Amino acid sequence: MSSVSSTPTGRAITPGRSVGPPSGPPSGASFDTLEAGPPRSSDLRGRRRPGELIARGLLAGAAMLSVVITAGIVIALLVPALTFFEQVPILDFLTGTRWTPRFADASYGVLPLITATAWTALVALAVAVPCGLGSAIYLSEYAPERLRRILKPILELLAGVPTVVFGYFALLWFTPFLQDLGLEVGPFSLLSAGMVMGVMIIPTIASVSEDAMSAVPNALRQGSAALGANRMQTSLRVVFPAAFSGVVAAVVLGISRAVGETMIVTIAGGQMVQMVSNPLQQGATMTTFIANAALGDSRVGSLEYNTLFVVGLLLFLLTLIVNLIAIELVRRFRQEY
Amino acid sequence: MSLYTPAASGADARRAVLSTSGRSKEQTPQSVLFIVLLWLSLLIGFVTLAVLLVDTFADGLSRLDGRLFTGYPSSRAEEAGARPAILGSLWVVGTTAVLAVPLGVAAAVHLEEFADRKRWWNRLVEINISNLSAVPAIIYGMLALGALALIGVQQKNIVIGGAIALAMLILPVIIISTREAVRAVPRELRDGSLAIGATPLQTTWRITLPAALPGIATGTILGLSRALGEAAPLLLLGGLVFLRFDPNGMLSQFTTMPIQIFSWTAQPQAEFHTLAAGASMLLMALVLLMNGAAIYIRNRYQKRW
Repeated sequence: MSSVSSTPTGRAITPGRSVGPPSGPPSGASFDTLEAGPPRSSDLRGRRRPGELIARGLLAGAAMLSVVITAGIVIALLVPALTFFEQVPILDFLTGTRWTPRFADASYGVLPLITATAWTALVALAVAVPCGLGSAIYLSEYAPERLRRILKPILELLAGVPTVVFGYFALLWFTPFLQDLGLEVGPFSLLSAGMVMGVMIIPTIASVSEDAMSAVPNALRQGSAALGANRMQTSLRVVFPAAFSGVVAAVVLGISRAVGETMIVTIAGGQMVQMVSNPLQQGATMTTFIANAALGDSRVGSLEYNTLFVVGLLLFLLTLIVNLIAIELVRRFRQEY
Repeated sequence: MSLYTPAASGADARRAVLSTSGRSKEQTPQSVLFIVLLWLSLLIGFVTLAVLLVDTFADGLSRLDGRLFTGYPSSRAEEAGARPAILGSLWVVGTTAVLAVPLGVAAAVHLEEFADRKRWWNRLVEINISNLSAVPAIIYGMLALGALALIGVQQKNIVIGGAIALAMLILPVIIISTREAVRAVPRELRDGSLAIGATPLQTTWRITLPAALPGIATGTILGLSRALGEAAPLLLLGGLVFLRFDPNGMLSQFTTMPIQIFSWTAQPQAEFHTLAAGASMLLMALVLLMNGAAIYIRNRYQKRW
């Protein structure tokens, strides 16, 4: 390094020299940016140095790792699932109504697990969608800025409560509470698990859809007001439709959280595998089954071990499909402002 | 009328506009009912949070004592404690941070600063990350289980296995929040750095990342607090074990606080439920503290450029 670089002026005149990379050679290439002028100056892909190339390769590698993870998930789930389907016909699996992998006359119909999952998700959404959207409309359209600054962090704290604690709460406080209300629920019920799960999902739906509603330009609200609409009409008929793609994304995120949630249903939803026809019953969801099967010690590669991955694959595919539908809906309804 | 004044800021401007449209119109029975419903929907969340905190506090206070920190799990509730679970949580979450934070920040920096959007693989990575963020937590446990079986590790209940599962779980959180933070750094700062001769990487390392640090910290803390509270993936890795020793390394057996709470909640005796409530309070105190810190950092240090 030259002595010039120790003075401030030196730095300004010889760019790149005083702050040269530890590994890369200091070279005249550092003047490129000056010659290129403003249009190219913020193009970070402008120059090549060996040390930088390696570092950038590492950064790109870190990004590619996410694809490796997805591929890993697919392989880890698919390989055991394929061996499973060699022994159990796929149609029996998807349409069977008895799930008894541990019995002597084992039966692998996954519908009981699906009905339980569907009921809990339905109950959860019945709580989370109206409450989440209501909270979002209030925070975005009604709340004064100061109140908003207090309410939003509290709502975010709700999102931070660990799911086991929600499970504990559902089993030991909420279920007895439902019984006190006179509902015919046993110590385990999908209703209790689903409702508590719904409360858990409120912040997710609220914050995603609130972002979407806040992004709606004020001109739309002003236009609505000018036509004589009051704030309720503006919220429901102007802001809500304008933010629809964001609202869809929020609800879908809620669905995939409800379907994949494990601890609340494992603790409070019950373990009994059965076709569930109403949420007052108990039942084992797909995630409950996976969690319980994992607790037992099944030999790697056995049919029982593979059932775990088959149900996992189904769960993964369900959330994937829901997501892809969401991406498509968001794309279709997106309004750019 | 303020209709044509330029919008000052968010909700205040909206109110200013809408309040000019007349008071009586806002007080029709329908609108009043509507706002009551909105309040109700907010209240349900808040009341549940309050009841949950108060109930857990009331139940667990009697066991939030020294034994919870020093005792080992036991079949007798009065002697039991969560020492291995607390230490296990620290080990697992610490290892998770070491794995996930550098990888997540690196991936975000690549996508935001260097990736060419026209290349299909960069678009694939972006779509993939948003998909990964919606994958149920328990799936990551299955992936870690499969990976351990693949490389022939007999003992699935090891700290590094749990950390890998949790790191994959929180990677999308860290990547997404880091990208937002990096994106918010104004172009002029980078231009200035490049203009005085810094290379692109130097610009990223010395200008962009420091400027984006509050946002990155917020995302990282939120991700780690999620890892701290997560139980499902670790159940698959055999986290539900009675340990009578302290975990002491990356290859040690482990259990964590959420799993200990799960195990105590599942016991029939009420004394264990008290223990579960005590441990829940400890866990919630940690998680809410982390979330509070993240929210504080975001509100306090995040610059609006």
